[in-house]
Amino acid sequence: MSAKAIPEPTPETQPFWDGCARGELLLQRCRECGKPYFYPRPICPECGSTNVEWFAASGRATLYSYVINHRPARGFEDDGPYAIAVVQLAEGPRMMTNITGIPNTPEDLVLDMELQVTFEQRGDISLPIFTPAGASQ
Amino acid sequence: MSGERGVIIAGAAETDSVGRLPDHSTLQLHIEAAVNAVADAGLTMRDIDGIATVTTPGPVQVAHALGITPSWMDGTAVGGTSFLLHVRHAAAAIRAGYANTILITHGESGRSRVGAGGWPRGSSSIPGQFEAPYGTAGPTTAFTIPVLRYMKEYGLTHEQLAYVAVAQRKWASRNPRAMYRDLITVDDVLASRLVAYPFHLLECCLVTDGGGALIVTSAERAADFPKPAVHVLGTGESAETPMISQMVDFTESQAFRLAGRAAFAEAGITTADVRHMMIYDAFAHLPIYGLEALGFTAKGEAGPFIADGNTEPGGRLPLNTNGGGLSYTHTGMYGMFAIQEGVRQIRGEAPAQVQDAGISVILGNGGMFATAGVLVLGREPSRR
Repeated sequence: MSAKAIPEPTPETQPFWDGCARGELLLQRCRECGKPYFYPRPICPECGSTNVEWFAASGRATLYSYVINHRPARGFEDDGPYAIAVVQLAEGPRMMTNITGIPNTPEDLVLDMELQVTFEQRGDISLPIFTPAGASQ
Repeated sequence: MSGERGVIIAGAAETDSVGRLPDHSTLQLHIEAAVNAVADAGLTMRDIDGIATVTTPGPVQVAHALGITPSWMDGTAVGGTSFLLHVRHAAAAIRAGYANTILITHGESGRSRVGAGGWPRGSSSIPGQFEAPYGTAGPTTAFTIPVLRYMKEYGLTHEQLAYVAVAQRKWASRNPRAMYRDLITVDDVLASRLVAYPFHLLECCLVTDGGGALIVTSAERAADFPKPAVHVLGTGESAETPMISQMVDFTESQAFRLAGRAAFAEAGITTADVRHMMIYDAFAHLPIYGLEALGFTAKGEAGPFIADGNTEPGGRLPLNTNGGGLSYTHTGMYGMFAIQEGVRQIRGEAPAQVQDAGISVILGNGGMFATAGVLVLGREPSRR
């Protein structure tokens, strides 16, 4: 487990990781044009405004696309083939993630299925991952 | 471009061989390609006054090793399409008078890793924080992610995706330098081992050693070289995203489309003018995304277009005629080899020569749908 890559926050991303540690998925939103966005940075990619704010996302998402990787990255050797997925957050932005609580097979991972965020502890970091909506955590 | 100095590729060559070259360092691959390209143009290193290549080793190292003191240099390193951008930037430099004879080199010990640079991606970088923790491990695990969404939206089948590799192997079978030359079937592709579902091994590019180089100069000198001039009629470049997860729409490449639009507009051509096509094929879905982005087919139709035989020998749009990254060679930054094949086709000296290849279009990908470059090359100067 410890050999898996661990994110190293920068000043601009620290609030995101602090939110994860509290069990919250934080996004940013432009105060000028209203656009929510991810990944964290202090400028709106839609209109260029630096007048942006953090907010707690719902944690709801749908499965946008994925692969099932058969050549594991460092630390994933004992996991078997695992999905590297991109989810569409209910608020609009997309993010890469893993899918837990369901077999990572083409039959079980159906595009557009509803998911919800959960968190995996990795070193000092709480990493947002996703699980089928309604699944017990 | 009208009223401006035209630009040509006057010399083009690859390393003596490509494939497994454990006796060549990365720098030596640059040197060998440069020596071959300079000879192809009938020049000497003393004639070169501009240089472009990617880091590592970078333009300073390559120029120094070759004894060149450049008055212009370009170290643009935005992935495998960088060399297409170098041609574009070289054309601008020649028009501006910053240099007259520009050498562009590629050398990569992608397979043997002799004297090769690393691929640093620190854990505090944006991809290091927001992609690597989910178990990405290079292009096979990330460049491949969009295609399931494309399959759902447009009905592309596993068999059609596999057929891209089948079609390209037909071209490779005619190229003695290709690493893989035995014909394959859709069943062979689907029976090869899963690398990252839905991609099988034969739907992923090779990993090889090799290099190539180009000499770019003014079209005013077109008659001064031993080989027919290859005119640079139009160029384009664009960037989309450093992370696959942030691609705007997983069913299309915005960067491909924008770079293609710029290049076609500058050249004053439409898809009907194109007789030969190279699309950077790190994976089997790239030719599909490329054909659609450049307008050769409607959205969702490129898979059937390839499966119907339109891009293979005898088809109406010969595509990836060296065998491509899937069967010919792929050092890591394949764009140079796509340009080389376009030049060979325009000159009429390709192993699998296409009839009347008067205009060739090269579409280069950088990173994983991160950047794009497009070149329109022609046998005749621009009419504009």
